[in-house]
Amino acid sequence: MRREVPLIITAACGFIFIIQFFIPHPPLNRIQDVFNDWVNIIAGFAIVLGILNLLRVNLNKMSKKSKGWPYALFTILGLLAYVVIGLAFSGGRSFQNPGTAFYWVYINLFFPLNSTMFALLAFFVASASYRAFRARNKEATLLLIAATILMLGRVPLGEYLSGWLPSGWRLADLSDWIMDFPQTAGQRAIMMGIALGIISTSLRIILGIERTYLGGD
Amino acid sequence: MKKILVSSFLFLAAGLIQAQVPAPPTDVKAYDTPDDAGNSISIEWVMSADDKEGVVTGYEILRSESPQGEYTRVGDAPRGTNSYIDSGPQNGKDYFYKIRALSAAGPSDSEPSAAVQTKAQWFKRNRVNGLVALLLLSGGILYFIRKARSGKEIYIRKIAGIEAVEEAVGRATEMGRKIVFIPGIQDMDNMQTIAGITILGHVARKAAEYEAKLEVPVSRALVMVACREITKQAFTAAGRPDAYKDDMVYYITDDQFGYTAALDGLFVREKPAAIFMQGAFFAESLILAETGNYIGAIQIAGTAQPSQLPFFVAACDYTLIGEELFAASAYLSKDVKLLGSLKGQDVGKFLMMAAILVGVILTSLGVYDLSRIFTVR
Repeated sequence: MRREVPLIITAACGFIFIIQFFIPHPPLNRIQDVFNDWVNIIAGFAIVLGILNLLRVNLNKMSKKSKGWPYALFTILGLLAYVVIGLAFSGGRSFQNPGTAFYWVYINLFFPLNSTMFALLAFFVASASYRAFRARNKEATLLLIAATILMLGRVPLGEYLSGWLPSGWRLADLSDWIMDFPQTAGQRAIMMGIALGIISTSLRIILGIERTYLGGD
Repeated sequence: MKKILVSSFLFLAAGLIQAQVPAPPTDVKAYDTPDDAGNSISIEWVMSADDKEGVVTGYEILRSESPQGEYTRVGDAPRGTNSYIDSGPQNGKDYFYKIRALSAAGPSDSEPSAAVQTKAQWFKRNRVNGLVALLLLSGGILYFIRKARSGKEIYIRKIAGIEAVEEAVGRATEMGRKIVFIPGIQDMDNMQTIAGITILGHVARKAAEYEAKLEVPVSRALVMVACREITKQAFTAAGRPDAYKDDMVYYITDDQFGYTAALDGLFVREKPAAIFMQGAFFAESLILAETGNYIGAIQIAGTAQPSQLPFFVAACDYTLIGEELFAASAYLSKDVKLLGSLKGQDVGKFLMMAAILVGVILTSLGVYDLSRIFTVR
């Protein structure tokens, strides 16, 4: 029963969702909203589980003085401090409004830290591009040529270098062509494969053939 | 004399203003909006003959429950439009519509439409093509699953990324370092996450068999619960339930870059030998993959986010591209029913290729109507 009940629920929900895609009549038209509400409610409870787990894992690390335990301490302090600031020093239900302590922490700590992580991407793009564009073989050479045209075509230098060429052969035109045709075609092929993969996986799950997500056979 | 001139001027001006009242919209048609759950009426009309800049400023849509009754405004439409969808009516009641052309000189009302009722539909006719495609694809997949059950051998091409799972786990075991599995940053309602955690089941089983250390940091509490169950079952199936610990799977944060920072720190401090990134990834994909590359870990990534695939390809040893992510579980399990479903997918690909070819030929011949049957609304 421990395995059958989830399988029955999964199959029933799967079929209902397929049917509601084609039948707009009530009550089927409201099912998606109802399920979304349920997901949000369950996720709300699950976040408590997540926070408890975060506390437990990090307290364990600290008590055992595991490698990197100061990070665990910092994580717990950060979590508790933000909760206390939000609950006690930020005007109750309007804690997210500008001018509150919670908002100040968000704008002056959280937001810059997030931006810093995102900004790292620029450096990682450079190092990854350097590796990817090395002309080791035919495919990599093609990639290098396409990338060079694209990069030059998107900046004024490209126009400066190729402005004398007839329209349609300038670097900007070539870069547009690469984006509009080979790139779009490749991306669409991948998208179609993904769509088929999703249909196939969904069917396997609905029919109970794929059970790994329930913890095994 | 002066009075006569002023009076004449005012009379002429009034006449001119009168002439500026626009011609009314005509031929107002109202009908039940098709393929919906009711409570919606579509209205179409022929625009005022004076629908031009400086005369008509817009239209008002008026509704009444009787043709000669009081009409109330239910919406507006800008100049130059001839349709509107009213989402206010109740099912099963008669309604009448008038369209009012507005201008600086005054409004001008159309004749009322015929009575119209709205009701919920039982089928979205504009999705017939989607239903046909779904039935064909599902039929193909089910046929090959059945065929596989009958014991007929099915050839499936090898995918390097999946073949490398054992190599990665083995390498981690030899080096005595961890395997880190990241199931993406989306929740359990995302198909990629489900595909990712099905792969986790196989990786966890291999890790249990090889006695390798596995760590699964997650960014969603629900994913944590699912991953724990899967990992526990995998360790049990491998005959090593004692080796499973709840702390192998732990929650970090829902925040995208907070999660990324925690993982980067983990990579640099712990230097795992193998990193699996299977699921939905966004901007963090390259940050994670490059850090993994920097510490020299063997990395197997898989995602159905087309925009992130180039980053994984550039920075990881193996990448499961799009559909391969969804196929991985079947490959790894070697279950004939699952492998049969992969063969069914190939039928889908064949159908898509045929549809593309037909579409290209029709469009090249200038037959656009037929190619519209492929559009799903």
